[in-house]
Amino acid sequence: MGASPSISIAIVGSGGTGALTTGNFLLEAASAAGWHGLFIRTMGPQIRGGEAAALLRLAVEPVESPPDQFDLLIGIDWLNAHRFGAEIKVGPQSLVIGDPRGGDAPPIVEKCGARVVEVPMKNLAKAVPDGRPNMVALGLAARLLGFTAEQLFVPVEKRLADKGPAAIEASRAAILVGFEAAAGLKFDKHLAPPKPGNAKRWLLSGNEATALGAIRGGIRFAAAYPITPATEILEWLAPSLTKVGGTLLQAEDELAAINMIIGASYGGTPSLTATSGPGLSLMIEALGLATSAEVPVVVVDVMRGGPSTGIPTKSEQGDLNIAVYGLHGDAPHLVLAPQSVGDCLFTTQWATYLAEALQAPAIVLSDQYMGQARAAIERPADVAFIGTRTAAADIAGPYNRYALAANGVSPMAIPGTRGGQYTADGLTHAENANPTSGAADHRAQLDKRRDKLDGFNFGDHWATVEGKGDLVVLTWGSLTSTAREAISRAADDGIKARLVAPRLLLPVQPDRLAAALKGAKRILVVEQTHGVQFHRYLRAHYDLPGQVRVFNRPGPLPITAGEIHSAITEWR
Amino acid sequence: MSTVDTRLAYKPADYKSDVKPIWCPGCGDYHVLMSFTRAFAQLGLPPENIVVVSGIGCSSRIPAYTNCYGFHGVHGRSLALAAGLKVTRPDLTVVVASGDGDGYSIGGNHFLHACRRNIDMTYVVMDNHIYGMTKGQPSPTTEPEFDTALSPGGTRLRPFHPLVVALASGANFIARCFSGDVNETAAVLVEAIQHPGFSFIEILSPCVTFRPDEKAWKDLVHAAPVGATNDPGKAARRIMTDDGFNTGILYRGNRAPYQPAVEATNIDLSELEKDFEL
Repeated sequence: MGASPSISIAIVGSGGTGALTTGNFLLEAASAAGWHGLFIRTMGPQIRGGEAAALLRLAVEPVESPPDQFDLLIGIDWLNAHRFGAEIKVGPQSLVIGDPRGGDAPPIVEKCGARVVEVPMKNLAKAVPDGRPNMVALGLAARLLGFTAEQLFVPVEKRLADKGPAAIEASRAAILVGFEAAAGLKFDKHLAPPKPGNAKRWLLSGNEATALGAIRGGIRFAAAYPITPATEILEWLAPSLTKVGGTLLQAEDELAAINMIIGASYGGTPSLTATSGPGLSLMIEALGLATSAEVPVVVVDVMRGGPSTGIPTKSEQGDLNIAVYGLHGDAPHLVLAPQSVGDCLFTTQWATYLAEALQAPAIVLSDQYMGQARAAIERPADVAFIGTRTAAADIAGPYNRYALAANGVSPMAIPGTRGGQYTADGLTHAENANPTSGAADHRAQLDKRRDKLDGFNFGDHWATVEGKGDLVVLTWGSLTSTAREAISRAADDGIKARLVAPRLLLPVQPDRLAAALKGAKRILVVEQTHGVQFHRYLRAHYDLPGQVRVFNRPGPLPITAGEIHSAITEWR
Repeated sequence: MSTVDTRLAYKPADYKSDVKPIWCPGCGDYHVLMSFTRAFAQLGLPPENIVVVSGIGCSSRIPAYTNCYGFHGVHGRSLALAAGLKVTRPDLTVVVASGDGDGYSIGGNHFLHACRRNIDMTYVVMDNHIYGMTKGQPSPTTEPEFDTALSPGGTRLRPFHPLVVALASGANFIARCFSGDVNETAAVLVEAIQHPGFSFIEILSPCVTFRPDEKAWKDLVHAAPVGATNDPGKAARRIMTDDGFNTGILYRGNRAPYQPAVEATNIDLSELEKDFEL
């Protein structure tokens, strides 16, 4: 088998064996050598003693979609590996390495015809003082993939620097033992060489990218209530905000978190919180308040399987409905969705800019897959979107906080501004902010809040629109990268297809989507929900020309490029 | 008593807006509004540097009746909103207004954590032992035998004791006032605003519409026989055993308020990127 554009590796082990660490080191070494890569961690709900798997895809080109199947599967042990059976597909071409003392390989491995070999990782590790089987596995994988052992030492030394030279030496020795043990193993798939001259490279998760995007956009206050899989955003922000003169407050619950950021933003500080579906549900009432009082805030929802507690550690796109329709009353607001790990940075930064410019709340719909995946990517470009609010200054005479400005955005007095005193209110109010139940004021302010969003020019960032062809794959969020790969494979089969993926979900952009879909004869809607939420959203707000098919599936298993590719090629 | 300079640049009227209150004639909250404006004038605070934050209910209408900045938010969440405001704008004076339903029922959890967090703000609860805006349902402080349409024959539940909860949760200043005594309430407000950390004032404020029996409160209230203590143990004994009509400052703690540094820095944001660079 010749050089491949990408190789996929899975490393599994029961909780605490260090499978995830092994995967991270491999990704770091590959990234340092100039390849691109994606690391997905998958685990059960247990904090310790459960099961964990590192799912890794290394590639010559940027890659963010999950592999159809794995070329190499290493089971440091198989104790709980059966729980991943459906997630880690292997085939007749795959190599599976297990430890003779690690239990029986899951039945799915036996059935698929993969080549299974045994390497006594545990025993080999024992021969090294303080050696760990996962480092032996790392050495094995390194050699099979064509790395030198030294290439793995670099990330290991970096990570273990604070544990002292003995820990580093133990890991190095264990890696070398694994490296030697791989000498006799046959694995003839290898990565094509990396492309030279890559720009500055970053290795980060979608959640980290989200947090950096927030700060770049001007966020200087965050309220935090921990929830899987959004917590990393808040944990990255805690020290980082302090560095830039901002602050983070841990809230007692999500109700407090959303109200804290409304209070901070009312005081003039761009503010954000991050949560997942259950938390967003609790925040919805106050998002209506932010809409009515015209206080900009950003809420990132890293979607997980739902409803209710659902599957906290797995991905789904099922919060689209609540983000778009959850608010009671007529409450125009912004909903955006990043499309890749790197785009989490851009979209959150843009959302912050838009919220501040339009004095409206913005919901950013990330998901567990993208949020917790780590990717080696090119450094996202700097963009000029920095949140700037139209503030009222030098107020002489009566101040109307909610004046009916032509573009709907009325200057906002920040507390401390003399003459600007007003009471922000969830009650229907008049232009001067005083409560009213009058029909004319109610209508005028509803119009104002609608028109300021509908009249804004969102520019080309509203969506990804790529390629040509009368077949369109219409998708959103993290599936954008997967659909792109599927379209690229279809091109190899001679099928031309277009990719259309809105980044801006609210306010809707019917004219722009109509232009993007011009000439389309077939539209394949792709989404990861059970209830076809995206398709229903499209039907409610847009005209879809030609024939429409929907490929949808709930979580927890990510939709693969192979599945979308099949849906394209089978539609004749 | 307060030692505030009384050569005032501001008069109470400077803190009053021209919005007409929705309160019933005779409502205790009118007096609370008077205490607010007197206290602000005594403190000589520019109205634009005060923010009055509230939730939902009759008492929570107070921000718009002042000439300060205000936020009339959703039901029960005023303390959280105020916390976000104060930590990012420590230069502002933040006063939170609530009622017994808003503050002790739907907002109960935030009350605990605001006391514990001890951010420098003043929390005023106008307690009338009833949900007035929704026309007379029992609140957490309603007496067990009080008959309402929602609780025929009474709730038969033990009333919530806000002062004890505040003390146990870490409030740094605890007082009880009677709305009808405007001068004393204003004086306590002045001290509460000046005292560092989270100050809690329970104001007995009668609802003459749904609790006409509360008109008797003016005869039941009496000034606390001894001054404030800074000993939480003594304060606990005192507020757990008094008759509920003992007014004045009951506890004045000395915990340092929570206030993170929020000074703007000029670091290059690219420094934050170093974590990610390969």
